[in-house]
Amino acid sequence: MTQLQGIAASSGIAIAKVYRLEAPDLSYNKTKVDNPDQEIKRLHDALDISKQELEKIKAHTKKSLGDEHAEIFSAHLLVLSDPELIKPIEDKIKADNVNSEAALDETANMFIDMFKGMDNEYMRERAADIQDVTKRVMAHLLNVTFPDPALINEEVVIVADDLTPSDTAQLNKEFVKGFTTDIGGRTSHSAIMARSLEIPAVVGTKEITSKADKDVMIIVDGIDGDVIIDPSSDEISKYEQKQQDFEKKKQEWAKFKDEPTITSDGQHVELAANIGTPEDIAGVLNNGGEGVGLYRTEFLYMGKNQLPTEEEQYDAYSSVLKQMGEKPVVVRTLDIGGDKELDYLDLPEEMNPFLGYRAIRLCLERDDIFRVQLRALLRASVHGNLKIMFPMIATLEEFRQAKVILDEEKQKLVDEGQEVAESFEVGMMVEIPATAVIARQFAKEVDFFSIGTNDLIQYTMAADRMNERVSYLYQPYNPAILSLINNVIEAAHAEGKWAGMCGEMAGDEIAIPILLGLGLDEFSMSATSILPARTQIKDLSKKKLASFKDEILSKGTSEEVVEFVKEKTNL
Amino acid sequence: MVEKTFNITSSDGVHARPATVLVQNAGKYESDINLHYKEKAVNLKSIMGIMSLGIPAGADVKITAEGSDEQEAIDHMATTMKNEGLGE
Repeated sequence: MTQLQGIAASSGIAIAKVYRLEAPDLSYNKTKVDNPDQEIKRLHDALDISKQELEKIKAHTKKSLGDEHAEIFSAHLLVLSDPELIKPIEDKIKADNVNSEAALDETANMFIDMFKGMDNEYMRERAADIQDVTKRVMAHLLNVTFPDPALINEEVVIVADDLTPSDTAQLNKEFVKGFTTDIGGRTSHSAIMARSLEIPAVVGTKEITSKADKDVMIIVDGIDGDVIIDPSSDEISKYEQKQQDFEKKKQEWAKFKDEPTITSDGQHVELAANIGTPEDIAGVLNNGGEGVGLYRTEFLYMGKNQLPTEEEQYDAYSSVLKQMGEKPVVVRTLDIGGDKELDYLDLPEEMNPFLGYRAIRLCLERDDIFRVQLRALLRASVHGNLKIMFPMIATLEEFRQAKVILDEEKQKLVDEGQEVAESFEVGMMVEIPATAVIARQFAKEVDFFSIGTNDLIQYTMAADRMNERVSYLYQPYNPAILSLINNVIEAAHAEGKWAGMCGEMAGDEIAIPILLGLGLDEFSMSATSILPARTQIKDLSKKKLASFKDEILSKGTSEEVVEFVKEKTNL
Repeated sequence: MVEKTFNITSSDGVHARPATVLVQNAGKYESDINLHYKEKAVNLKSIMGIMSLGIPAGADVKITAEGSDEQEAIDHMATTMKNEGLGE
């Protein structure tokens, strides 16, 4: 038995065999063949089995993610039947007497180079498609397994260095009981996907791929972040019990799915979800989300070679708004730069990226990028209840400037005869302590605040959240942080505005009673945290918690706060 | 041999999805079917051939078919172009 500690990324317990998802070795030797006809038959066998697999993947994707996502596999299938690809490979085998591996690789590379050389971005991306499908054929020629999450047909736990978005999208919940990775954090893409798929996951174990062998039993505890390889039967029964308890709890939570979030003294607060893509909405609604409190638009800009077009963005925003109907959707405008780089923007490297050129700072200077996003948002505004939020605002001038640009784009659209919602709220993130300190002044001009706790904590404590040596300073319950939060909420209410919070803290069971007592109006968290939070809030009295406010804010340390809250709320 | 000309009206030109349908439908016929754009001609049964042309919106293209079922083939190509919103 080996135990590893990682980051609990998606709650639940998984107990199953290890399935290692890793890229196989596709290197080959170029050899001469004696019987080209037989070699061509070998090629066709590999093509046929690849096509069968793609058909299965396509059918699975269609079922789990819809026609649109499955479409790409239709194109992949056509590539494998393409006479312009197959014929040259056959010719090469016949003319040069080379093996299929070499003929396939050389022919495919010719096409890949041709597509890569085109001056159209879209065509360049097709090179990756050809690469994808030829890899599959190559794996069959070499008799190595090409791992396909979609083809798994027995209960497994996936072990990988990291999972790509497309890997995660292909996971079949019926068989994939959980996954665990070497790298990643709670907010990495694979973790976010795991929560929206509701598959237990532990990420960032650093060394799981070097410890867990194929087919060995493994336990993934996504509640506490533990991974146990080759567990004893005692361990297994202990975790089976934990799994049952968790399922029972989930059933309890599910009862509150369609209910509003009401405290024991009848006060309503809004529980919303943080999302990254339109696909996340299903999870939000399944978990009883009352809105989207943070739509991170960065994913539209990441993992590509150029900026997303206005149409692409319009489609994504409209899809989210339509799916949410009347429910509010807070869209955060582009928060890129700093640690989130975009290769194609060619941003200069910085000494202190978190204190540097990012988010609204970048958008105000590169308003060519900013305006495209605002236009897309404005056009989408007619499809639902949109609220626009600017990230990393430090000064009132920045907010005003951003708002002027927004108004200009709105006017342009109106002049062009495009439909734009008559009114929608425009607010800001509170991440920089300077804004929390003078929140009163900001509250007069914004429609709402949303407190981004991860950054607010790191800037207030002057502690880089990526630096493990100072991680002890990441203290959400530090009275300094709570005072700033209190300041923001009071300022908002004094001007008749609302204050929300997006960030892990909003779904934390210690923070929830504190925030409720401070009067927070909206809590935005991972979709799967919503029902546990709603269940907790049902038993809390806002009035009673509010009466502890002064005492909590006058505590000296984070620990004293935690102790006090635990005592008062029986946690 | 029969032929028909088309003007590409789709704002994205000939992109993957409609190209996929064209190739799937072309594959149903015995005839040789080619797509001509500028000076080049490609096999309409080849997805990579079509994609390699990178046909933009507004382009004029020609489809030819030659073989035992050429008339049915070209008619089917014309309806496919129309149904997929590619052009007429």
